[in-house]
Amino acid sequence: MYNILIGGAAGQGIETTAAILEKLLKKSGYHVFTVRDFMSRVRGGHNFTLIRFGTENIQSHSYKLDGMIALNNETVEIHKDQLQDNGFILCDSKLTATDPKMIKIDMEAMAQVIGNPRVAGSIAVGAVLRLFGESTDYFEEVLRTFVKESVFDINVTAMQKGYNAVEPRFLRQEGDAADSMILSGSKAMSLGTIAAGLRFYSAYPMSPSTTLMELLAEQGEAAGIVVEQAEDEIAAINMAIGASFAGARAMTGTSGGGFSLMVEALGLSGMAEIPLVVVDVQRPGPVTGLPTRTEQSDLAFVISASQGEFPRMVIAIRHHEDAFYQTVRAFDLAERYQIPVILLSDQYLGDASATVRPFDVSRISVAEPAAAHEGEGIYLRYKYTADGVSPRLIPGKSSNFVSADSDEHDENGKITESADVRVHMMDKRMKKLEKLSMELQEPEFIGPQRYETLLLGWGSTYGPIAEAIKILNEKMPGKYAALIFGDIFPLPTKLLIAKAASAARLINVEQNATGQLAGLIREKTCLFCTSSILKYDGRQISGEEIADRLMKEVRT
Amino acid sequence: MSKTSFTTYEPAWCPGCGNFGILECLKTALEELGRDPYEVLMVAGIGQAAKTPQYISANSFCGLHGRGLPAAVAAKIANVNLTVIAETGEGDSYGEGGNHFIHNIRRNVDITHFVHDNQIYGLTKGQASPTSIEGLVTPVQTTGNINTPFNPPLMAIASGAGFVARGFSGNKAHLISIMKQAIEFNGYALVDILQPCVSFNKINTYAYYSKRVYEIDSTYDPANKLAAFEKALEFGDRIPIGVIYREPKPTFHEKNTVLKSGEPLLDRKTNLDLVAKICDELK
Repeated sequence: MYNILIGGAAGQGIETTAAILEKLLKKSGYHVFTVRDFMSRVRGGHNFTLIRFGTENIQSHSYKLDGMIALNNETVEIHKDQLQDNGFILCDSKLTATDPKMIKIDMEAMAQVIGNPRVAGSIAVGAVLRLFGESTDYFEEVLRTFVKESVFDINVTAMQKGYNAVEPRFLRQEGDAADSMILSGSKAMSLGTIAAGLRFYSAYPMSPSTTLMELLAEQGEAAGIVVEQAEDEIAAINMAIGASFAGARAMTGTSGGGFSLMVEALGLSGMAEIPLVVVDVQRPGPVTGLPTRTEQSDLAFVISASQGEFPRMVIAIRHHEDAFYQTVRAFDLAERYQIPVILLSDQYLGDASATVRPFDVSRISVAEPAAAHEGEGIYLRYKYTADGVSPRLIPGKSSNFVSADSDEHDENGKITESADVRVHMMDKRMKKLEKLSMELQEPEFIGPQRYETLLLGWGSTYGPIAEAIKILNEKMPGKYAALIFGDIFPLPTKLLIAKAASAARLINVEQNATGQLAGLIREKTCLFCTSSILKYDGRQISGEEIADRLMKEVRT
Repeated sequence: MSKTSFTTYEPAWCPGCGNFGILECLKTALEELGRDPYEVLMVAGIGQAAKTPQYISANSFCGLHGRGLPAAVAAKIANVNLTVIAETGEGDSYGEGGNHFIHNIRRNVDITHFVHDNQIYGLTKGQASPTSIEGLVTPVQTTGNINTPFNPPLMAIASGAGFVARGFSGNKAHLISIMKQAIEFNGYALVDILQPCVSFNKINTYAYYSKRVYEIDSTYDPANKLAAFEKALEFGDRIPIGVIYREPKPTFHEKNTVLKSGEPLLDRKTNLDLVAKICDELK
């Protein structure tokens, strides 16, 4: 497995260079995992992208580098200590930094000769591919999808020149990911919404959720999705609820701050039993926090947000396949139970790209509202039923009246203050959780059948924890296993209780300061975690870091 | 139930409340326009006026205080065949929902917005509303309201609304006519409806309004925007009622690239081929 870094200031073209490079590596067969670390600014600062590639599935980043493309001196200074012994620093000759690992090329001068200073990035990509023993086979095919026709030829020339400027240093490895896709978590989620039949998306721009809105807007016309930028997050969620009530599958997305504005309407979805999917792409809080960085600190908030009590479902997205399939499932659950379903993603997963097998659209199935009123008498929108779910008609689609009310209401949706109706309606709504709990997905178990330490995690720490288990068991076979939650509220407890019974210790690994999963587990199962690995500096924990910290911090 | 009847349930308003007159006018307007009750969606927030959807036979959505408009416009976006009427109070529309008021004028979705404006908060028992006159003494504004009253028609015209009118619950024939024009207008239409609150507003009473309101006559040109600004500013000893401004303009549905084709959004089919095509491009 190899790992390279591209670093520089915002606006220096790190994004495009990384996107072209990761695609070329994938075409060559590598499994790729790319993470983006950037500051909340449009120009300047220090940003970097890590591209890790190898012959097996990769779901976490690493800070140990085989090489870097340094677009400025600062990158060299900050990251040179992460380089392995035979690592390289590829940079322009004009950089004043000195280091024995440097490979300086006159990229800027070469680009001038080629005719456009902006092709310097392509020179660097060509050079890196040669260093890793790659061929030039996919240069043209990949460049064609990234650069305009008018600059296509000079970019091919630039890539070729960079390729010729260095000698191979690393052995090329044969991977089987050439037919996989490479895409970001947000992109996978956007595809999930299209596959699920999303018709209406309303949101207010907020990092790191804006990417999802932009991806949907890009496909809106082809997919038949109205993407509306709302005046605020309160409007965004109320619009989504209004659209859903009127029969268009709807979703809203935001980050923690916007979600804070949405909480009253979350309760409206629960009370009026209107299907709704809400995406929270988490970033560090409280309030503005670290806008472009990552955290898993909204769990305790979203499972209890909004006054009163109503059924809801929270699904944490663990990896790119989840981002697609669980998004589809969220729409299905929202429709079948007529509840709000919250998808918890985060900046790390949303922005990270990975190689994934093409999504299987034949597995897609999303429930539809009722087509007609069946049964005797007038249609009652909130009819008492055995499982608490009443057939949902769409207004204007039949000769029946459809009502929704945020006040407590009777079966016909009319306001009531009857104590008896109140209890019946609360029971009806909460009863939906009984059936829902039967179809919860248990957490994924990773590791050997016999173990001493059981790590517990959720969401995007899936990849890092999986890698940590591998590292730890290589050192001490048969000691470590992990359970990683996707469905997280209601909390599935069967596998947890069974697996915890054979563990000597439980350790929660979370990207927050208070151990929110551990708290939820304690509340629902009376199981206590004996230690925690917590991180809340805004940077995702890596597999190596989890393994290191376990050895150092946890007495076993 | 006949197809054109908008039969009501028993309203829980105070006897003598202006809401009764407005409700009656609304039913008459819808019936005279021949609207199918099953294709009418009444949307409201929370408040005394916001109970209106409870008392009319139509589809209804009573959401959150101040948030009726976002739900109403999105319902219309979802299904263009619905007649969507947002009917709620001035606290709901201009106070809690002020931001939505401004931006949905800009959006220009073809919905009708009837605002019951009694210049006081009724549901919460008598505090100042956005349109309360200066000096109004209430249990909260104990020494009199010191804030400048909000001018809804002026704000709506300035924000780009295509249909702005004022009505009075005490002049039913006139109100019915305005309501019909507003419902038929292609685009966002605002009707600010003056009404007395018999329980809490002892100043802006039935007699107060009756003495001041006058019908805008046929010589007035509602297409003249500058004249409309002047008309909207007239609020004191004389209060004009009628259509203050009217300007046909492209609606959200006519401009939005997805909706333009006319096919109701909720009837669109899921494009799984598109997913497969994008997956292929990502290889």
